Amino acid sequence: MLNRRTFLKTVGAGGTLALAQAQAWDLRSDSGLGENMRIWDQHSHLGQVPGDTPEERMAFLVKCMDRVGVERLIVSQGYSDDKHPNPAEQFRLENDRVMRAVKAFPDRAYGSVYLTPALPEFSMEELNRCVRDGPMVMIGEIEDDARCNVPAMDPIADWAVANEVVILQHEWLKTGGDEPGESSPFDVVELAQRHPQLQIVCAHTGGNWELGIRAIRATKNVYCGLAGSDPTSGYVEMAVRELGAERVIFGSDVGGRSFASQIAKVEGANVSESDKKLILGGNLRRLLTPMLRKKGYKV
Amino acid sequence: MIIDTNVYLSRWPFRRLEGDEPVNLLAKLRQRNVVQAWAGSFDGLLHRDIAGVNLRLAQACRTYGQGILVPFGSINPKLPDWQEDVRRCHEVHKMPGIRLHPNYHGYKLDDPVFAELLHLAIARRLIVQLAECMEDERTQSPLMRVAPVDISPLAEVVKSTPGLRLELLNCTSHLNREQFRAALDAGEVYTDISMVERVAGLARYVRNIPLSRVLFGSYYPFFDFESALLKVQESGLDEAAQKAICEDNARRLMLPAPSAK
Repeated sequence: MLNRRTFLKTVGAGGTLALAQAQAWDLRSDSGLGENMRIWDQHSHLGQVPGDTPEERMAFLVKCMDRVGVERLIVSQGYSDDKHPNPAEQFRLENDRVMRAVKAFPDRAYGSVYLTPALPEFSMEELNRCVRDGPMVMIGEIEDDARCNVPAMDPIADWAVANEVVILQHEWLKTGGDEPGESSPFDVVELAQRHPQLQIVCAHTGGNWELGIRAIRATKNVYCGLAGSDPTSGYVEMAVRELGAERVIFGSDVGGRSFASQIAKVEGANVSESDKKLILGGNLRRLLTPMLRKKGYKV
Repeated sequence: MIIDTNVYLSRWPFRRLEGDEPVNLLAKLRQRNVVQAWAGSFDGLLHRDIAGVNLRLAQACRTYGQGILVPFGSINPKLPDWQEDVRRCHEVHKMPGIRLHPNYHGYKLDDPVFAELLHLAIARRLIVQLAECMEDERTQSPLMRVAPVDISPLAEVVKSTPGLRLELLNCTSHLNREQFRAALDAGEVYTDISMVERVAGLARYVRNIPLSRVLFGSYYPFFDFESALLKVQESGLDEAAQKAICEDNARRLMLPAPSAK
Protein backbone atom coordinates (compact mmCIF):
# COMPACT_ATOMS: atom_id res chain seq x y z
CA MET A 1 0.00 0.00 0.00
CA LEU A 2 1.28 3.44 -0.88
CA ASN A 3 1.83 5.87 1.93
CA ARG A 4 0.51 9.42 1.78
CA ARG A 5 3.65 10.96 0.38
CA THR A 6 4.18 8.32 -2.28
CA PHE A 7 0.54 8.49 -3.29
CA LEU A 8 0.54 12.22 -3.70
CA LYS A 9 3.76 11.98 -5.63
CA THR A 10 2.58 9.28 -8.00
CA VAL A 11 -1.00 10.37 -8.56
CA GLY A 12 0.14 13.94 -8.65
CA ALA A 13 2.84 13.23 -11.16
CA GLY A 14 2.05 10.39 -13.44
CA GLY A 15 -1.12 8.44 -12.79
CA THR A 16 -2.28 5.77 -10.42
CA LEU A 17 -1.29 3.00 -12.75
CA ALA A 18 1.89 4.52 -13.97
CA LEU A 19 4.09 4.33 -10.93
CA ALA A 20 7.09 3.27 -12.97
CA GLN A 21 6.58 6.16 -15.34
CA ALA A 22 5.87 8.66 -12.60
CA GLN A 23 7.58 11.95 -13.09
CA ALA A 24 10.58 11.97 -10.82
CA TRP A 25 9.92 15.09 -8.84
CA ASP A 26 9.50 14.86 -5.12
CA LEU A 27 6.38 16.05 -3.37
CA ARG A 28 8.40 17.11 -0.36
CA SER A 29 9.97 19.98 -2.20
CA ASP A 30 6.61 21.12 -3.56
CA SER A 31 4.32 20.68 -0.60
CA GLY A 32 6.66 21.62 2.17
CA LEU A 33 6.12 18.24 3.83
CA GLY A 34 9.34 16.77 5.08
CA GLU A 35 10.57 13.22 5.05
CA ASN A 36 10.28 13.06 8.82
CA MET A 37 6.82 14.60 9.18
CA ARG A 38 5.24 12.83 12.13
CA ILE A 39 1.49 13.27 12.22
CA TRP A 40 -0.15 12.99 15.62
CA ASP A 41 -3.92 13.42 15.64
CA GLN A 42 -5.32 14.91 18.84
CA HIS A 43 -9.00 14.37 18.09
CA SER A 44 -10.70 11.11 17.12
CA HIS A 45 -13.65 8.93 18.05
CA LEU A 46 -14.71 5.35 17.58
CA GLY A 47 -18.12 6.43 16.27
CA GLN A 48 -19.08 5.87 12.61
CA VAL A 49 -16.15 3.48 12.23
CA PRO A 50 -16.79 -0.03 10.85
CA GLY A 51 -16.45 -2.83 13.38
CA ASP A 52 -18.46 -4.61 16.05
CA THR A 53 -16.03 -4.12 18.93
CA PRO A 54 -13.71 -1.32 20.06
CA GLU A 55 -10.75 -3.46 19.00
CA GLU A 56 -12.16 -3.98 15.49
CA ARG A 57 -12.88 -0.30 15.07
CA MET A 58 -9.41 0.63 16.25
CA ALA A 59 -7.90 -1.84 13.79
CA PHE A 60 -9.85 -0.16 10.98
CA LEU A 61 -8.62 3.27 12.07
CA VAL A 62 -5.02 2.06 12.16
CA LYS A 63 -5.39 0.73 8.63
CA CYS A 64 -6.58 4.15 7.48
CA MET A 65 -3.85 5.91 9.50
CA ASP A 66 -1.27 3.87 7.62
CA ARG A 67 -2.73 4.90 4.27
CA VAL A 68 -2.39 8.62 4.96
CA GLY A 69 0.63 8.65 7.23
CA VAL A 70 -0.81 9.27 10.70
CA GLU A 71 1.56 7.97 13.34
CA ARG A 72 -0.51 8.27 16.50
CA LEU A 73 -4.05 8.99 17.49
CA ILE A 74 -5.71 10.35 20.62
CA VAL A 75 -9.04 8.55 20.97
CA SER A 76 -12.01 9.57 23.07
CA GLN A 77 -15.71 8.81 23.49
CA GLY A 78 -18.26 8.48 20.76
CA TYR A 79 -18.53 4.72 20.24
CA SER A 80 -22.21 5.15 20.91
CA ASP A 81 -24.07 7.77 18.89
CA ASP A 82 -25.59 9.12 22.10
CA LYS A 83 -24.24 12.63 22.52
CA HIS A 84 -25.79 13.03 25.96
CA PRO A 85 -24.95 9.88 27.86
CA ASN A 86 -26.52 9.71 31.27
CA PRO A 87 -26.28 8.25 33.85
CA ALA A 88 -22.62 8.04 34.79
CA GLU A 89 -22.43 4.38 33.84
CA GLN A 90 -22.67 5.33 30.19
CA PHE A 91 -19.70 7.68 30.47
CA ARG A 92 -17.78 4.90 32.19
CA LEU A 93 -18.72 2.50 29.43
CA GLU A 94 -17.44 4.93 26.80
CA ASN A 95 -14.13 5.23 28.63
CA ASP A 96 -13.86 1.47 29.02
CA ARG A 97 -14.34 1.06 25.27
CA VAL A 98 -11.61 3.58 24.53
CA MET A 99 -9.22 1.82 26.91
CA ARG A 100 -9.94 -1.50 25.18
CA ALA A 101 -9.32 0.04 21.78
CA VAL A 102 -5.98 1.66 22.62
CA LYS A 103 -4.78 -1.37 24.56
CA ALA A 104 -4.93 -3.32 21.30
CA PHE A 105 -2.61 -0.79 19.59
CA PRO A 106 -0.41 0.65 22.34
CA ASP A 107 2.15 2.05 19.89
CA ARG A 108 -0.45 3.83 17.76
CA ALA A 109 -3.11 5.26 20.05
CA TYR A 110 -3.64 6.86 23.44
CA GLY A 111 -6.87 7.31 25.32
CA SER A 112 -8.47 10.54 26.48
CA VAL A 113 -11.03 10.53 29.27
CA TYR A 114 -14.66 11.49 28.74
CA LEU A 115 -16.34 13.39 31.54
CA THR A 116 -18.79 16.21 32.06
CA PRO A 117 -19.16 19.17 34.40
CA ALA A 118 -22.79 18.16 34.66
CA LEU A 119 -21.62 15.22 36.84
CA PRO A 120 -18.82 16.79 38.91
CA GLU A 121 -18.21 14.08 41.51
CA PHE A 122 -18.30 11.33 38.96
CA SER A 123 -15.93 13.29 36.75
CA MET A 124 -13.30 13.52 39.48
CA GLU A 125 -13.61 9.79 40.11
CA GLU A 126 -13.24 9.09 36.42
CA LEU A 127 -10.17 11.33 36.15
CA ASN A 128 -8.50 9.28 38.86
CA ARG A 129 -9.62 5.96 37.43
CA CYS A 130 -8.67 6.59 33.81
CA VAL A 131 -5.75 9.05 33.98
CA ARG A 132 -4.13 9.02 37.42
CA ASP A 133 -4.46 5.26 37.88
CA GLY A 134 -5.16 4.24 34.29
CA PRO A 135 -3.57 4.48 30.85
CA MET A 136 -5.22 7.67 29.56
CA VAL A 137 -3.17 10.77 28.83
CA MET A 138 -5.63 13.58 28.12
CA ILE A 139 -9.06 14.98 29.03
CA GLY A 140 -11.86 15.32 26.49
CA GLU A 141 -13.34 15.79 24.06
CA ILE A 142 -15.71 17.23 26.62
CA GLU A 143 -19.04 17.55 24.85
CA ASP A 144 -22.08 19.77 25.22
CA ASP A 145 -23.80 18.56 28.37
CA ALA A 146 -22.90 21.86 30.02
CA ARG A 147 -20.98 24.89 28.83
CA CYS A 148 -17.37 24.84 29.88
CA ASN A 149 -17.46 28.20 31.65
CA VAL A 150 -19.62 26.80 34.47
CA PRO A 151 -18.07 26.70 37.99
CA ALA A 152 -18.28 22.90 37.94
CA MET A 153 -15.44 22.92 35.40
CA ASP A 154 -13.07 24.54 37.91
CA PRO A 155 -12.14 21.37 39.85
CA ILE A 156 -11.52 19.58 36.56
CA ALA A 157 -9.31 22.43 35.36
CA ASP A 158 -7.45 22.49 38.70
CA TRP A 159 -6.84 18.74 38.42
CA ALA A 160 -5.60 19.16 34.85
CA VAL A 161 -3.14 21.87 35.89
CA ALA A 162 -1.89 19.90 38.87
CA ASN A 163 -1.31 16.80 36.76
CA GLU A 164 -0.07 18.58 33.62
CA VAL A 165 -2.90 17.22 31.51
CA VAL A 166 -4.34 18.94 28.43
CA ILE A 167 -8.10 19.43 27.95
CA LEU A 168 -9.81 19.06 24.58
CA GLN A 169 -13.06 21.02 24.70
CA HIS A 170 -15.85 20.78 22.13
CA GLU A 171 -17.11 24.18 21.04
CA TRP A 172 -18.68 25.79 17.99
CA LEU A 173 -19.82 29.22 16.96
CA LYS A 174 -22.56 28.31 14.54
CA THR A 175 -24.30 30.74 12.28
CA GLY A 176 -27.82 30.47 13.57
CA GLY A 177 -26.75 29.63 17.11
CA ASP A 178 -25.21 26.78 19.09
CA GLU A 179 -27.09 23.95 20.76
CA PRO A 180 -28.21 24.26 24.40
CA GLY A 181 -25.23 23.45 26.61
CA GLU A 182 -22.81 23.70 23.70
CA SER A 183 -19.71 25.75 24.44
CA SER A 184 -18.34 28.55 22.30
CA PRO A 185 -14.73 29.70 22.02
CA PHE A 186 -15.69 32.56 24.33
CA ASP A 187 -16.63 30.04 27.03
CA VAL A 188 -13.25 28.33 26.60
CA VAL A 189 -11.51 31.68 26.95
CA GLU A 190 -13.46 32.40 30.14
CA LEU A 191 -12.37 29.11 31.68
CA ALA A 192 -8.77 29.55 30.50
CA GLN A 193 -8.59 33.02 32.02
CA ARG A 194 -9.73 31.66 35.37
CA HIS A 195 -6.93 29.04 35.09
CA PRO A 196 -3.93 30.69 33.44
CA GLN A 197 -1.79 27.56 33.81
CA LEU A 198 -4.36 25.39 32.07
CA GLN A 199 -3.58 24.14 28.54
CA ILE A 200 -6.88 23.83 26.69
CA VAL A 201 -7.59 23.12 23.04
CA CYS A 202 -10.64 24.44 21.22
CA ALA A 203 -11.74 21.33 19.36
CA HIS A 204 -13.14 23.22 16.37
CA THR A 205 -12.08 26.85 16.92
CA GLY A 206 -15.63 27.89 16.37
CA GLY A 207 -16.03 26.07 13.06
CA ASN A 208 -16.46 29.64 11.89
CA TRP A 209 -12.71 29.89 12.23
CA GLU A 210 -12.37 33.54 11.23
CA LEU A 211 -14.37 34.31 14.37
CA GLY A 212 -12.95 31.56 16.57
CA ILE A 213 -9.32 32.53 15.95
CA ARG A 214 -10.08 36.12 16.91
CA ALA A 215 -11.98 35.00 20.00
CA ILE A 216 -9.02 33.06 21.41
CA ARG A 217 -6.23 35.28 20.07
CA ALA A 218 -5.42 37.17 23.26
CA THR A 219 -5.63 34.18 25.61
CA LYS A 220 -2.32 32.44 25.19
CA ASN A 221 -3.18 29.21 27.01
CA VAL A 222 -5.97 28.43 24.53
CA TYR A 223 -4.99 26.42 21.46
CA CYS A 224 -6.59 26.36 18.03
CA GLY A 225 -7.79 22.86 17.14
CA LEU A 226 -8.34 22.34 13.43
CA ALA A 227 -10.66 19.35 13.55
CA GLY A 228 -14.12 18.68 12.29
CA SER A 229 -14.94 21.42 9.82
CA ASP A 230 -14.71 21.59 6.04
CA PRO A 231 -11.21 22.00 4.57
CA THR A 232 -11.77 25.61 3.60
CA SER A 233 -8.78 27.40 2.17
CA GLY A 234 -7.09 29.92 4.42
CA TYR A 235 -7.84 28.42 7.84
CA VAL A 236 -4.29 27.42 8.74
CA GLU A 237 -2.77 30.51 7.17
CA MET A 238 -4.90 32.81 9.34
CA ALA A 239 -4.31 30.71 12.46
CA VAL A 240 -0.54 30.83 12.00
CA ARG A 241 -0.60 34.55 11.23
CA GLU A 242 -2.73 35.51 14.22
CA LEU A 243 -1.75 32.94 16.85
CA GLY A 244 1.64 31.61 15.79
CA ALA A 245 2.14 28.03 14.66
CA GLU A 246 2.88 26.95 18.26
CA ARG A 247 -0.79 27.40 19.13
CA VAL A 248 -2.28 25.46 16.21
CA ILE A 249 -2.95 21.73 16.61
CA PHE A 250 -4.02 19.19 14.02
CA GLY A 251 -6.94 16.91 14.72
CA SER A 252 -9.23 15.00 12.41
CA ASP A 253 -12.47 14.22 14.27
CA VAL A 254 -12.66 10.81 12.60
CA GLY A 255 -14.81 8.72 12.22
CA GLY A 256 -17.39 11.41 11.37
CA ARG A 257 -14.72 13.16 9.30
CA SER A 258 -11.93 11.77 7.15
CA PHE A 259 -8.24 12.02 7.93
CA ALA A 260 -7.93 13.24 4.35
CA SER A 261 -9.97 16.43 4.52
CA GLN A 262 -8.40 17.45 7.80
CA ILE A 263 -4.77 16.72 6.89
CA ALA A 264 -5.40 18.69 3.70
CA LYS A 265 -5.97 21.85 5.74
CA VAL A 266 -2.31 21.72 6.75
CA GLU A 267 -0.86 20.02 3.70
CA GLY A 268 -2.50 22.54 1.38
CA ALA A 269 -1.68 25.59 3.49
CA ASN A 270 0.76 28.22 2.40
CA VAL A 271 2.89 28.08 5.56
CA SER A 272 6.44 26.94 6.16
CA GLU A 273 7.53 23.34 6.56
CA SER A 274 8.58 24.01 10.14
CA ASP A 275 5.11 25.40 10.90
CA LYS A 276 3.51 22.30 9.38
CA LYS A 277 5.70 20.09 11.55
CA LEU A 278 4.56 21.88 14.68
CA ILE A 279 0.90 21.78 13.68
CA LEU A 280 0.80 18.16 12.52
CA GLY A 281 2.51 16.75 15.58
CA GLY A 282 5.18 18.82 17.25
CA ASN A 283 2.83 20.91 19.36
CA LEU A 284 0.82 17.95 20.57
CA ARG A 285 3.93 16.00 21.47
CA ARG A 286 5.18 19.01 23.45
CA LEU A 287 1.90 19.30 25.37
CA LEU A 288 1.63 15.58 26.04
CA THR A 289 5.25 14.96 26.94
CA PRO A 290 4.88 15.35 30.74
CA MET A 291 2.03 12.84 30.88
CA LEU A 292 3.58 10.46 28.35
CA ARG A 293 6.79 10.40 30.39
CA LYS A 294 4.87 9.76 33.60
CA LYS A 295 3.23 6.79 31.95
CA GLY A 296 6.47 5.55 30.45
CA TYR A 297 5.16 5.93 26.91
CA LYS A 298 7.47 6.58 23.98
CA VAL A 299 7.26 10.20 22.80
CA MET B 1 -3.29 11.88 -14.05
CA ILE B 2 -6.45 13.61 -12.85
CA ILE B 3 -9.53 15.18 -14.41
CA ASP B 4 -10.93 17.54 -11.80
CA THR B 5 -14.61 18.20 -12.50
CA ASN B 6 -15.11 20.86 -9.86
CA VAL B 7 -13.00 24.00 -9.72
CA TYR B 8 -14.01 27.65 -9.65
CA LEU B 9 -12.47 30.85 -10.96
CA SER B 10 -12.85 34.43 -9.72
CA ARG B 11 -13.65 35.53 -6.17
CA TRP B 12 -15.58 33.82 -3.37
CA PRO B 13 -17.69 36.71 -2.07
CA PHE B 14 -16.70 36.38 1.58
CA ARG B 15 -13.00 35.52 1.65
CA ARG B 16 -9.88 35.66 -0.48
CA LEU B 17 -8.67 32.14 -1.32
CA GLU B 18 -5.14 30.94 -1.87
CA GLY B 19 -5.92 29.84 -5.44
CA ASP B 20 -8.32 32.55 -6.53
CA GLU B 21 -5.83 34.06 -8.98
CA PRO B 22 -5.83 31.99 -12.18
CA VAL B 23 -2.03 31.78 -12.16
CA ASN B 24 -2.01 30.29 -8.65
CA LEU B 25 -4.90 27.97 -9.45
CA LEU B 26 -3.11 26.64 -12.51
CA ALA B 27 0.13 26.17 -10.59
CA LYS B 28 -1.64 23.99 -8.03
CA LEU B 29 -3.46 21.97 -10.66
CA ARG B 30 -0.27 21.35 -12.58
CA GLN B 31 1.61 20.48 -9.40
CA ARG B 32 -0.95 17.74 -8.75
CA ASN B 33 -0.92 16.59 -12.36
CA VAL B 34 -4.45 17.67 -13.19
CA VAL B 35 -4.68 17.40 -16.96
CA GLN B 36 -8.17 18.84 -17.24
CA ALA B 37 -10.26 20.92 -14.84
CA TRP B 38 -13.92 21.81 -15.39
CA ALA B 39 -14.20 25.39 -14.22
CA GLY B 40 -17.19 27.42 -13.15
CA SER B 41 -17.17 30.96 -11.81
CA PHE B 42 -17.96 32.14 -8.29
CA ASP B 43 -19.37 35.26 -9.98
CA GLY B 44 -22.16 33.06 -11.29
CA LEU B 45 -23.67 32.86 -7.81
CA LEU B 46 -24.64 36.49 -7.32
CA HIS B 47 -23.92 38.49 -10.44
CA ARG B 48 -26.94 39.24 -12.62
CA ASP B 49 -24.92 40.01 -15.76
CA ILE B 50 -24.41 36.30 -16.35
CA ALA B 51 -23.43 36.89 -19.95
CA GLY B 52 -20.51 38.97 -18.69
CA VAL B 53 -19.62 36.32 -16.13
CA ASN B 54 -19.46 33.64 -18.81
CA LEU B 55 -17.51 35.82 -21.20
CA ARG B 56 -14.85 36.46 -18.52
CA LEU B 57 -14.79 32.78 -17.61
CA ALA B 58 -14.20 31.76 -21.21
CA GLN B 59 -11.49 34.40 -21.64
CA ALA B 60 -9.74 33.40 -18.40
CA CYS B 61 -9.73 29.72 -19.37
CA ARG B 62 -8.30 30.63 -22.76
CA THR B 63 -5.73 33.07 -21.41
CA TYR B 64 -4.48 31.17 -18.39
CA GLY B 65 -5.78 27.66 -18.88
CA GLN B 66 -2.77 26.12 -20.63
CA GLY B 67 -5.17 23.65 -22.18
CA ILE B 68 -6.24 22.45 -18.74
CA LEU B 69 -9.18 24.69 -17.84
CA VAL B 70 -12.50 23.87 -19.50
CA PRO B 71 -15.20 26.50 -18.88
CA PHE B 72 -18.66 25.55 -17.64
CA GLY B 73 -20.87 28.62 -17.85
CA SER B 74 -23.41 29.68 -15.27
CA ILE B 75 -27.07 29.80 -16.17
CA ASN B 76 -29.70 31.51 -14.04
CA PRO B 77 -33.09 30.55 -15.47
CA LYS B 78 -34.81 33.21 -13.39
CA LEU B 79 -33.18 35.96 -15.45
CA PRO B 80 -34.92 37.40 -18.53
CA ASP B 81 -33.83 35.74 -21.77
CA TRP B 82 -31.68 33.15 -20.00
CA GLN B 83 -31.98 30.93 -23.08
CA GLU B 84 -29.60 33.31 -24.87
CA ASP B 85 -26.98 32.60 -22.18
CA VAL B 86 -27.28 28.89 -22.94
CA ARG B 87 -26.86 29.58 -26.64
CA ARG B 88 -23.75 31.69 -26.08
CA CYS B 89 -22.20 29.08 -23.75
CA HIS B 90 -22.62 26.52 -26.49
CA GLU B 91 -22.17 28.40 -29.76
CA VAL B 92 -19.94 31.35 -28.86
CA HIS B 93 -17.78 30.03 -26.02
CA LYS B 94 -17.82 26.39 -27.18
CA MET B 95 -18.40 25.18 -23.64
CA PRO B 96 -19.12 21.47 -23.16
CA GLY B 97 -21.41 22.11 -20.23
CA ILE B 98 -23.12 24.49 -17.84
CA ARG B 99 -23.13 24.79 -14.04
CA LEU B 100 -26.27 25.52 -12.03
CA HIS B 101 -26.75 26.92 -8.52
CA PRO B 102 -30.51 26.67 -7.92
CA ASN B 103 -30.33 27.63 -4.25
CA TYR B 104 -28.53 30.89 -5.08
CA HIS B 105 -30.87 31.65 -7.97
CA GLY B 106 -34.13 31.02 -6.17
CA TYR B 107 -35.79 28.05 -7.81
CA LYS B 108 -36.70 24.53 -6.76
CA LEU B 109 -36.05 21.45 -8.82
CA ASP B 110 -39.77 20.93 -9.43
CA ASP B 111 -40.02 24.40 -10.99
CA PRO B 112 -40.98 23.92 -14.67
CA VAL B 113 -38.16 26.26 -15.69
CA PHE B 114 -35.62 23.73 -14.41
CA ALA B 115 -36.98 21.02 -16.69
CA GLU B 116 -37.08 23.50 -19.56
CA LEU B 117 -33.42 24.32 -18.96
CA LEU B 118 -32.49 20.64 -18.89
CA HIS B 119 -34.30 20.00 -22.17
CA LEU B 120 -32.41 22.87 -23.77
CA ALA B 121 -29.11 21.46 -22.47
CA ILE B 122 -29.97 18.03 -23.87
CA ALA B 123 -30.81 19.52 -27.25
CA ARG B 124 -27.40 21.18 -27.31
CA ARG B 125 -25.68 18.07 -25.88
CA LEU B 126 -24.37 20.02 -22.91
CA ILE B 127 -23.31 18.36 -19.67
CA VAL B 128 -25.20 19.88 -16.74
CA GLN B 129 -23.50 20.34 -13.37
CA LEU B 130 -25.63 21.19 -10.36
CA ALA B 131 -24.02 22.38 -7.12
CA GLU B 132 -25.98 20.95 -4.22
CA CYS B 133 -24.45 23.49 -1.84
CA MET B 134 -21.45 25.81 -1.66
CA GLU B 135 -20.72 26.02 2.05
CA ASP B 136 -21.61 24.40 5.36
CA GLU B 137 -24.73 26.22 6.55
CA ARG B 138 -23.18 26.54 10.00
CA THR B 139 -20.39 28.74 8.66
CA GLN B 140 -22.29 30.98 6.27
CA SER B 141 -22.47 34.72 6.70
CA PRO B 142 -25.51 35.53 8.85
CA LEU B 143 -26.44 38.06 6.18
CA MET B 144 -26.68 35.41 3.48
CA ARG B 145 -27.81 32.02 4.63
CA VAL B 146 -28.48 29.66 1.75
CA ALA B 147 -29.90 26.21 2.37
CA PRO B 148 -28.70 23.25 0.29
CA VAL B 149 -30.71 22.32 -2.80
CA ASP B 150 -33.68 20.09 -1.99
CA ILE B 151 -33.16 17.08 -4.27
CA SER B 152 -36.42 15.34 -3.45
CA PRO B 153 -37.95 16.12 -6.90
CA LEU B 154 -34.77 15.25 -8.81
CA ALA B 155 -35.43 11.59 -9.60
CA GLU B 156 -38.75 12.42 -11.28
CA VAL B 157 -37.19 15.30 -13.22
CA VAL B 158 -34.36 13.08 -14.46
CA LYS B 159 -36.83 10.40 -15.56
CA SER B 160 -38.69 13.00 -17.59
CA THR B 161 -35.54 14.25 -19.35
CA PRO B 162 -34.01 11.31 -21.22
CA GLY B 163 -30.61 12.07 -22.66
CA LEU B 164 -29.65 14.27 -19.73
CA ARG B 165 -26.05 14.01 -18.52
CA LEU B 166 -26.03 15.48 -15.01
CA GLU B 167 -23.28 15.75 -12.41
CA LEU B 168 -24.14 16.67 -8.84
CA LEU B 169 -21.39 18.68 -7.15
CA ASN B 170 -20.72 19.19 -3.44
CA CYS B 171 -23.07 16.49 -2.17
CA THR B 172 -22.77 16.23 1.60
CA SER B 173 -23.45 13.30 3.86
CA HIS B 174 -26.55 15.13 5.06
CA LEU B 175 -28.36 14.44 1.80
CA ASN B 176 -31.27 12.06 2.05
CA ARG B 177 -29.66 8.78 0.94
CA GLU B 178 -32.79 7.34 -0.66
CA GLN B 179 -33.47 10.47 -2.69
CA PHE B 180 -29.84 10.66 -3.74
CA ARG B 181 -29.76 7.05 -4.83
CA ALA B 182 -33.09 7.42 -6.64
CA ALA B 183 -31.71 10.36 -8.62
CA LEU B 184 -28.62 8.38 -9.61
CA ASP B 185 -30.75 5.44 -10.66
CA ALA B 186 -33.14 7.61 -12.68
CA GLY B 187 -30.74 8.36 -15.51
CA GLU B 188 -27.17 9.28 -16.39
CA VAL B 189 -26.39 11.07 -13.14
CA TYR B 190 -22.94 11.45 -11.61
CA THR B 191 -21.55 12.82 -8.38
CA ASP B 192 -18.20 14.26 -7.36
CA ILE B 193 -16.23 13.44 -4.21
CA SER B 194 -15.48 16.92 -2.87
CA MET B 195 -17.75 16.70 0.18
CA VAL B 196 -17.68 12.95 0.84
CA GLU B 197 -16.74 12.55 4.49
CA ARG B 198 -16.22 9.97 7.28
CA VAL B 199 -13.16 7.81 7.72
CA ALA B 200 -12.43 5.93 4.48
CA GLY B 201 -15.66 7.58 3.34
CA LEU B 202 -15.00 7.21 -0.36
CA ALA B 203 -14.72 3.42 -0.15
CA ARG B 204 -18.03 3.32 1.68
CA TYR B 205 -19.51 5.74 -0.87
CA VAL B 206 -18.78 3.49 -3.83
CA ARG B 207 -20.27 0.51 -2.05
CA ASN B 208 -23.60 2.28 -2.21
CA ILE B 209 -23.48 3.88 -5.65
CA PRO B 210 -21.99 2.67 -8.94
CA LEU B 211 -18.28 3.37 -9.25
CA SER B 212 -18.80 4.51 -12.84
CA ARG B 213 -20.86 7.48 -11.57
CA VAL B 214 -18.22 8.85 -9.20
CA LEU B 215 -15.96 11.65 -10.44
CA PHE B 216 -12.99 13.42 -8.94
CA GLY B 217 -13.90 16.93 -7.83
CA SER B 218 -11.74 19.01 -5.53
CA TYR B 219 -13.89 22.13 -5.15
CA TYR B 220 -10.60 24.01 -5.33
CA PRO B 221 -9.88 26.77 -4.45
CA PHE B 222 -12.67 26.95 -1.86
CA PHE B 223 -11.38 23.66 -0.42
CA ASP B 224 -7.75 22.71 -0.15
CA PHE B 225 -7.04 20.62 -3.24
CA GLU B 226 -5.33 17.86 -1.25
CA SER B 227 -8.60 16.99 0.50
CA ALA B 228 -10.03 15.17 -2.51
CA LEU B 229 -6.68 13.66 -3.41
CA LEU B 230 -6.13 12.22 0.06
CA LYS B 231 -9.70 10.89 0.16
CA VAL B 232 -8.79 8.66 -2.76
CA GLN B 233 -5.70 7.49 -0.90
CA GLU B 234 -7.52 6.96 2.40
CA SER B 235 -10.19 4.89 0.66
CA GLY B 236 -7.90 1.92 0.05
CA LEU B 237 -9.65 1.35 -3.29
CA ASP B 238 -7.65 -0.65 -5.82
CA GLU B 239 -5.79 1.12 -8.58
CA ALA B 240 -8.42 0.46 -11.22
CA ALA B 241 -11.10 2.04 -9.06
CA GLN B 242 -8.87 4.99 -8.25
CA LYS B 243 -8.18 5.54 -11.92
CA ALA B 244 -11.87 5.32 -12.74
CA ILE B 245 -12.63 8.06 -10.22
CA CYS B 246 -9.63 10.25 -10.97
CA GLU B 247 -9.77 10.07 -14.74
CA ASP B 248 -11.69 7.46 -16.72
CA ASN B 249 -15.24 8.27 -15.65
CA ALA B 250 -14.87 11.97 -16.42
CA ARG B 251 -13.17 11.26 -19.73
CA ARG B 252 -16.10 9.05 -20.74
CA LEU B 253 -18.63 11.66 -19.67
CA MET B 254 -16.83 14.30 -21.73
CA LEU B 255 -17.16 12.27 -24.90
CA PRO B 256 -19.66 13.82 -27.30
CA ALA B 257 -23.21 12.84 -26.47
CA PRO B 258 -25.27 11.06 -29.09
CA SER B 259 -27.62 13.28 -31.07
CA ALA B 260 -30.74 14.29 -29.22
CA LYS B 261 -33.84 12.84 -30.77
